[in-house]
Amino acid sequence: MSGSTVIFYLLAALTLVSALLAVTTRMIFRAAIYLLFSLIGIAGIYFWLQYEFIAAVQIVVYVGGIVVLIIFSIFLTQQAGEQLSKQKLGRQLFAALAAFCGLALVMLQLAQHAFVETGNKAIEPTVANIGNQMLGVDEGGYSLPFEVVSMLLLAALIGCIVIALKSKPETE
Amino acid sequence: MIEPGLYHMLFISTTLFFIGVYGFFTRRNLVTMLMSVELILNSVNLNFIAFNKYLWYDKMDGLFFTIFIIAIAAAEAAVAIAIIINLYRSHKSIDVENAEDLKY
Repeated sequence: MSGSTVIFYLLAALTLVSALLAVTTRMIFRAAIYLLFSLIGIAGIYFWLQYEFIAAVQIVVYVGGIVVLIIFSIFLTQQAGEQLSKQKLGRQLFAALAAFCGLALVMLQLAQHAFVETGNKAIEPTVANIGNQMLGVDEGGYSLPFEVVSMLLLAALIGCIVIALKSKPETE
Repeated sequence: MIEPGLYHMLFISTTLFFIGVYGFFTRRNLVTMLMSVELILNSVNLNFIAFNKYLWYDKMDGLFFTIFIIAIAAAEAAVAIAIIINLYRSHKSIDVENAEDLKY
């Protein structure tokens, strides 16, 4: 058992425990903070897998962007110190049962399936390699999805402004 | 403790996915439902990265899928929060039980 194995298990425990707390706690602000820790744990797993670029993107976009957005929306829509209403026991029970059945089914399939890895030479996921393929126009290049995503982000930006716009009161 | 491999990653991502599903079923507040969706999206990302790392290490397609999913998740969260804030303005509540006007 090496140090890297211990670190992996710690990151996995951090991710799963804080995710579980994020969906079960009744304080909504704490749920956001637990979600933050869960996302940081996932970024740590990416670092552990030596996908540093994805880990950095995860931290910048999720931790720095989405969680801050969620916290601001909590501030705007929730009274301070208010707890979420208690759920019916039956609903909780059936949700847990459904989630557990799905988990058991997928785990069973995973245990029976043997994955075959490719024997080819590995590519290092360095930023230079990622950039070359991201903007490549030849076979295997991702420049068209890149452009489509940029259009999508522009559309989302305009859509957000239009949706959240406060309608002006009629002034003469 | 055994050396972590592909199955460990798949175990984490599956568990995370169903934690998100549980949260989506039980929560009745729109912001917490959005958090559950983020957990589900993250489990999918982890799955893509794990397959890319352990099975198809000669390509980088899993990595690109992850990048695009993160970009789309950011757009989705922004639009969802705009809708939630607009809903709060008109209904003074972001509980899904109070947001059923479209049903009738």
